[in-house]
Amino acid sequence: MSNYDTHEYDVLIIGAGGAGLRAAIEASSAGVSVGLVCKSLLGKAHTVMAEGGIAAALGNVDERDNWKVHFADTMRGGQYVNNWRMAELHAKEAPDRVRELEAWGALFDRTKDGRILQRHFGGHKYPRLAHVGDRTGLEMIRTLQDHGVHQGIDVHMECTIITLLKDGDRVVGAFGYERERGRFKLFHAKGVVLATGGVGRAYKITSNSWEYTGDGHTLAYHAGAELMDMEFVQFHPTGMVWPPSVCGILVTEGVRGEGGILLNSLDRRFMFDDIPEMYKNQTADSEEEGWRYTQGDKNARRPPELLTRDHVSRCIVREIKEGRGSPHGGVYLDISWINKKIPNAEDHIKRKLPGMHHQFKQLADIDITKEPMEVGPTTHYIMGGIRVDAETQMSTLAGLFAAGECATGINGANRLGGNSLSDLLVFGKRAGEFAARFAKENRAGNIDTDAVGKAAAWALEPFSQDSGLGNDGEGPFQIHHELQKMMQNLVGIVRTENEMAQALDGIEDLKKRAERIRVYGNREYNPGWHTALDLTSLLTVSEAITRSALERKESRGAHYRDDYPEKDAALGRVNIIVREGAHGEMEVRRQPIPEMSAELKHIIEEMK
Amino acid sequence: MKSATFRMWRGDARGGSLKDYTTEISEGMVVLDAILQIQAEKANDLACRWNCKAGRCGSCSAEINGMPKLMCMSRLSDLPLEHPVLVEPLRAFPPVKDLVTDVSWNFRVKKNIKKFKPRPPDAADGTWRISQGDVDRVQEFRKCIECFLCQDVCHVLREHHLHDEFIGPRFFVHVAALEMHPLDTENRIEELQKTNGIGYCNITKCCTKVCPENITITDNAIIPLKERVVDQLYDPLGRLFRTFQQQK
Repeated sequence: MSNYDTHEYDVLIIGAGGAGLRAAIEASSAGVSVGLVCKSLLGKAHTVMAEGGIAAALGNVDERDNWKVHFADTMRGGQYVNNWRMAELHAKEAPDRVRELEAWGALFDRTKDGRILQRHFGGHKYPRLAHVGDRTGLEMIRTLQDHGVHQGIDVHMECTIITLLKDGDRVVGAFGYERERGRFKLFHAKGVVLATGGVGRAYKITSNSWEYTGDGHTLAYHAGAELMDMEFVQFHPTGMVWPPSVCGILVTEGVRGEGGILLNSLDRRFMFDDIPEMYKNQTADSEEEGWRYTQGDKNARRPPELLTRDHVSRCIVREIKEGRGSPHGGVYLDISWINKKIPNAEDHIKRKLPGMHHQFKQLADIDITKEPMEVGPTTHYIMGGIRVDAETQMSTLAGLFAAGECATGINGANRLGGNSLSDLLVFGKRAGEFAARFAKENRAGNIDTDAVGKAAAWALEPFSQDSGLGNDGEGPFQIHHELQKMMQNLVGIVRTENEMAQALDGIEDLKKRAERIRVYGNREYNPGWHTALDLTSLLTVSEAITRSALERKESRGAHYRDDYPEKDAALGRVNIIVREGAHGEMEVRRQPIPEMSAELKHIIEEMK
Repeated sequence: MKSATFRMWRGDARGGSLKDYTTEISEGMVVLDAILQIQAEKANDLACRWNCKAGRCGSCSAEINGMPKLMCMSRLSDLPLEHPVLVEPLRAFPPVKDLVTDVSWNFRVKKNIKKFKPRPPDAADGTWRISQGDVDRVQEFRKCIECFLCQDVCHVLREHHLHDEFIGPRFFVHVAALEMHPLDTENRIEELQKTNGIGYCNITKCCTKVCPENITITDNAIIPLKERVVDQLYDPLGRLFRTFQQQK
């Protein structure tokens, strides 16, 4: 029997990024005891990397904006496979969530009359993103963190959950380890909220940090919850491509929002060459009109650089494949050209995009006020995740809630920039609220100590592989790198049946090898051990992505199939769902999307 | 392929020593890349913190050739590679393992600083009106990524270990951000002098020098706070004036 500390809470929140913190604040305001587990130190979660802003129809810059426009934009961006009720709630509640941040101390950039300033972003009809230069995520997480620490929330830093604990069909706790000493911790809770973020580390070129290994997705899946829309992985069009060691680091869409343009090696603005039918009415006819749009002309339409991320990524891939890429395999993103348009362009760029200026100067010796950047697509976000109820954020398992990137529904086949931060706030709040309510209405469940013992024994296996089995197991990092390379090449931006079938074989092979992983050293702060355990999650989500992508035999949003390049109306009426079968196999099925209300249908028609 | 040697402190709370690791290097590499490469190839239990790898989260703080820096923003091309690159943990905090230190003190300190308390909203819809100029001043402080390099270099903490009496530059920046916040109505001046130990700072500006976000910690945060302490607590005429005003 292994040793562990036990902690009791009404609500346990796993993950301390924007969604987890917002959920923790809400739950504790409801008067229940709250434990918050973070994989890293508090305040370091991936939310800090969000740059551009929070999408909310405040209407401060363009009074024509309102929740209906935001709703229609979100649905159009998601190609109509979104959970429309979530998209509706999100559009309606985001403005209040942003104003609330201000009441907690966040300081956004201002309009001339002193209100919260909003900027343009891809797929949003009006300037909608509340922002702080290009470090909005940091402002948001710090605001939530500083507000939260005064609420009596119990924070467990550098702690990773390896399994959820169940009492019958209900989730009643979680079991994991703390990194510093490698000791186990058991959390006994009436309600559990997953807010673990994404899966980006399954890919080689990614903007995501080491933490983004799909833990929440995997915990929920193995506990018996359903995952949905896993085929929709967003490749952000602009990641750094040079030098190699920084490949994948994000270049904010804000660069294009401020007037930045995409060019190929022939100096052509190739984004004008291919504008999807659905967006023709909303896109500028000329470079001149596009520029006016970025400068706030309300009669101008958006430049094609601000089309949705899935489309811009594919256009960039096309330019590179057809030999018009930049020397290091990207295309050019140029903001320096605006010096032809405005005085003091250099200061303007530094003020609007200080983080980008610093990042390129420091890491690539490039002064973005004077020369173009080289950029290419990078794995950024997963639209798919744990299937939840729109109102309560409860998963298909009682007592288990999910919010933020690890949940699914609001984004459909493609997320609009800026909608993630508002998603974290709107649904983080809801998850906290309803988890607290669930905790008040239910008694604590029983902990299955056998399951705990098994999880502990499993977690320690990587240390013992060199003794009993007589094999010399591989290291965890090598297997991880292989998985990343494989997912990048076979289940990336452009997909085919054949390649994905290969990937499934590859995943099976890696699973077997992962069982024999060997790590050195002891349990104290041992990254090799952590990586070995994270690999299980990465392999699970990689399989879910691949199987879902095989099932969706069409191209829609971020999911592009070379063998089925068109949309299929029938598939536009379903979501793809995976869950664990009775014998541990992954079951895939299609779930019809419920009929949208007449009011919402009308809004969509009106905004077309 | 070129290679370089990294002389790393390996150990834990019981003690440790420097060990050399040689690894291949390529164009554009930063110190963190080398550490992760060594971890993958040679030492899977080599402990270090990192997250964003883009200078935005403030996790990978270490002392590189004796200077407190973020490993993800320290390019190898800026270092003299003919000598081993010395990589050590932050020395102002207790070691946990290898490059990881126990920074939990910082989180406890923050909890004791009075929280943001806004004035009533300016408009009927519950919102405020703030000018960009007022925001700019505070945004400088809110850029802080909590890497704790300023805490590491501050002699009051590093040499004199006055952790119980002094909150360090990071939290003076935090207090400044609150005190100068255009909406805040709380007063934290007495604590600054009594429990936060602002008097210990003798303005050597080491914190400003190491800040990866280029926050002018000493000039823009600490000195103005010191002035407020003096104004409010040590100026007898001002004090008399305020007492008189209060009585009215």
